[in-house]
Amino acid sequence: MTATVRPPTAHPVTRAAGRVFKARETGILIALILVILVATVRNPSFLFSSDGFRDLLLTPSLLMLVAVGQAIVIITRNVDLSVGSILGLTAYLTGRLFIDVPGIPLIVVFLAGMGFGAILGLINGALVAFAKVPALVITLGTLYIYRGINVAWTGSDRINASDLPADFRGLGTGQLLGIPILTIIAAIVLVVAAWYLRNLRSGREFYAIGSDPAAAHLYGLRVTRRILTAFIVSGVLSGLAGVLYAARYGTVSSGAGTGWELQAIGAAVIGGVAISGGVGSVWGAAIGAYLLLTINRALPILGIEDFWQRAVVGALIIGAIVLDRLLALRQSRKLLEAREDAQ
Amino acid sequence: MTATASQTRAVRTYKAHSQPLWRRLLLTRETSVIALLVIVIAVALAVVPNFDSPLTVTYLLRDVAPILLIALPMTLIIITEEIDLSVASIVGLTSVMTGILTEAGWPFAAAGVTAILVGMVAGAINGFLITVVGLPSLAVTIGTLALFRGIAVGLLGTKAVTEFPEYWTDLAKDNIPGTPIPGIMVPFIVLAIAFGVLLHFTPFGRSLYAIGLNKEAAAFSGVDVGRTKFLLFLMSGTVSGFAGVYFTLLYSNARGDNATGMELSVIAAVLLGGVSIFGGRGALIGVIAGVLLIGTLGSALRLAGVTSDIINVITGVLLVLSVVSASFLAWLRRKRISAIGKKKGRSATSVDAP
Amino acid sequence: MFSHDRKRRPLGVALTALAMGAALVLTGCSAGNGGDGGGDEGGDGDNLAITFLPKNLGNPYFDTSNAGGEEAIEEFGGTFAEVGPSEASPTSQVSFIQTAAQQGVGGLVVSANDPEAICDALNEARDAGVKVVTFDSDTNPDCRDLFINQATAEGIAKSQVDLIAEQIGDAGQIAILSASANATNQNAWIELMEEDLAANHPNIELVETVYGDDDDQTSFDKTAALLQTYPELKGIISPTTVGIAAAARYLSTSEYKGKVALTGLGTPNQMREYVEDGTVTSFALWNPADLGYLAAYATKALIEGDITGEEGDSFDAGKLGEYEVGADGVVLLGDPFVFDADNIGDFDF
Repeated sequence: MTATVRPPTAHPVTRAAGRVFKARETGILIALILVILVATVRNPSFLFSSDGFRDLLLTPSLLMLVAVGQAIVIITRNVDLSVGSILGLTAYLTGRLFIDVPGIPLIVVFLAGMGFGAILGLINGALVAFAKVPALVITLGTLYIYRGINVAWTGSDRINASDLPADFRGLGTGQLLGIPILTIIAAIVLVVAAWYLRNLRSGREFYAIGSDPAAAHLYGLRVTRRILTAFIVSGVLSGLAGVLYAARYGTVSSGAGTGWELQAIGAAVIGGVAISGGVGSVWGAAIGAYLLLTINRALPILGIEDFWQRAVVGALIIGAIVLDRLLALRQSRKLLEAREDAQ
Repeated sequence: MTATASQTRAVRTYKAHSQPLWRRLLLTRETSVIALLVIVIAVALAVVPNFDSPLTVTYLLRDVAPILLIALPMTLIIITEEIDLSVASIVGLTSVMTGILTEAGWPFAAAGVTAILVGMVAGAINGFLITVVGLPSLAVTIGTLALFRGIAVGLLGTKAVTEFPEYWTDLAKDNIPGTPIPGIMVPFIVLAIAFGVLLHFTPFGRSLYAIGLNKEAAAFSGVDVGRTKFLLFLMSGTVSGFAGVYFTLLYSNARGDNATGMELSVIAAVLLGGVSIFGGRGALIGVIAGVLLIGTLGSALRLAGVTSDIINVITGVLLVLSVVSASFLAWLRRKRISAIGKKKGRSATSVDAP
Repeated sequence: MFSHDRKRRPLGVALTALAMGAALVLTGCSAGNGGDGGGDEGGDGDNLAITFLPKNLGNPYFDTSNAGGEEAIEEFGGTFAEVGPSEASPTSQVSFIQTAAQQGVGGLVVSANDPEAICDALNEARDAGVKVVTFDSDTNPDCRDLFINQATAEGIAKSQVDLIAEQIGDAGQIAILSASANATNQNAWIELMEEDLAANHPNIELVETVYGDDDDQTSFDKTAALLQTYPELKGIISPTTVGIAAAARYLSTSEYKGKVALTGLGTPNQMREYVEDGTVTSFALWNPADLGYLAAYATKALIEGDITGEEGDSFDAGKLGEYEVGADGVVLLGDPFVFDADNIGDFDF
């Protein structure tokens, strides 16, 4: 009477290869490589000079950290608009620690920055998880609050590069085997996050909560705890990015990190993380971050004023979500057809 | 037999409303925002020096006018459970268009109207992507926020156009003769009345509440959800365009990054004014009070010498408190009703026990 | 779950409209009492409350000039206040000008981000009795009473062109890293620099002018982009203290250190490290503290009615001596000063 639909069987290698090729991440990786190729053809020092190679890897690694945290939050069907303000606050905290506590060990500063980011993220997460208020509104409020606290604390001061110890600043420009240290740190974080989300049950639960929060709740998943974790992780990564920002740029003013939240969300969306949750990976968000900032650097080389960068980003975001929607429609149509064929 | 039956059957009367009139009037979110506004004005008048000069009203209303204007269609959009984050970018884009066309020698009226049309087109793009393609409005408007802002900045670079005909800049800035109220309030009041009537007194407005509460039920009731939402985003784009032209005239400055971040102020004010982010509830009077509240607080604090960052902190705290309190009050009400239900259940069983 | 009833709504609307109207009327009614709080001249004591409004806060150059202004104000017994936006955009100064007008301060000292955008606000302030003095970066002369210029624009432009020409051997490609695209002073200097280059240095090619918006991160990234895009670049001029500091910081860790010359306007404290490690050979500036000091004294003279901003007026400027107003209401501080490795240790600002 009822026939079950068998999934199409194909050779495992073909299937795996197909999955890799069809993955969104591959698509934007190809786009990134294309952009780098075109820019390098125009001006070989884009890639091949030591400065060029270093800057190519270095500048986007800060955004990558923030984008990874943002991706984790978006996967749970929330959004975190306060990451830019958290970054600014922790960057200033880093500078203040170095000035007020001379001789403080670097690792303490790192832990303090990440811990502070965790607390700020916890506030966000608690309000979203317990008060059941949409994350958009809460993080909108905390964006204002944290930025206001940052500006009030900074006053008209700023942290100057000369206030920071030389070995800390060396982190910002130093290299290990030709790869900048900041990029290595960001890459390690990325690998750990990706492994956690894919291989640990608690990581997979983020996807479940994002796909259907009501079903996840009924199924017995600890939704509150996972949402808290997602926001804390986002806060920690933004805090870490703030510490590294101070290392990279040396000067921290009260406006540090402004606008980074939209760049991070853009990077995640372009990288395949759907705004409605449950889909995407942190690899995509990372490649998206690199793509965004590399386009920024490539535009002047191609003769386009870099004023148009934001327009390009906007077009990419819209293109990405339209593509997602078309693919989802096609997928559901294929499944419907398969069901009808089986009957 | 029948006589006994009709005697023993008691006639049940129901009250017209579950709550008395005074509670219905005074215990709404909108009333609390208005009360807060009146309190803030009273305190500021008493405590802050120079707050009582007529310049205060003029500067306050002039500065807050773009937010007031954009908050009108934004209220309607949020009531249908959508959101439009691209309003500030549309303001920037229309500001740039005004500047470019004026510089190219167009008469200002033509430049202004064209810019507003550009805003309408931008709103139509939003509406198309949301209703026809079926994308979530948060994602679309984040994309168009970047796209429109990028086009605005790309067209002018970091230049600015600052030469505008004096007739028009004066028109934007001058007060209504004899009062300290700026002239922009006239078009605003007209628009506010129009939107108010549309929202509260027409079937179109009722359908917005219906869509916000349950989209599928509204569709089955005969509401054309897609067309309605498209119209809302069209309105939002047009009004943002008008606000953009006004902004340009107010500051005599057309720049790509004008009004950056304004969308957050608009949304904060709308939510503060009692509109629920989940859709389906809200009133225009509360939103206007919310915008004025934030504006008055900012003006009073600035006059008192408090730096603008504290003002941002207070805005954020107010926003978070207003939304959390709505959630909290709903939780309290659920608890109260379930407690009453439990009590009634217990008393019913005790009566029925043989 | 509707908690409002349509029949009762109009009553609620009427009540609240009444409340708001009453509030506004009260505001207007007490207008007569509150309006003449400040801006009186003569009589019993002039209003020597002077507010400094730089391009943005958090800029070491303006911190120094504000400090100079504060010193002057303390000398003659006025009240000092400093306000400013956190980013140097044209419209961000308007609300501070309006607040100063409302507070009825005696004088407002402004460094403008844009020559036109704040004009109307400044004129409204002047109508309310506030004396408006611009310094460092001027506005349209119609909107201010005086302009305190640190040096002639020609002198500033020429000194920077001479410095870069000397450092790159008078031939090659150079670029300019400016502040914000509208800044009056930078644009005036850049225009004069282009004229000087065309007239006197035919072998130097100015390839591009980029804008760092007086923001450190932006200037840093723009310098990186410049060096990437123009591999033949020999020199960079940055006529803004934020820009030159950020460019020096980037250069000192890049492979172009020592190969690309960097000069412009910088403060000794920010540049000392880079002069000492060889990234920068020499740069120019004046003393911003003196600029703020002179501006404060000029404002005082205006408030007290000693001068009206006409050409030929002269006033006393404390420890700096007597100064005279030139054409167009411009007061000149002096000449630019060149800092290099020999003398940079002598200064602390």
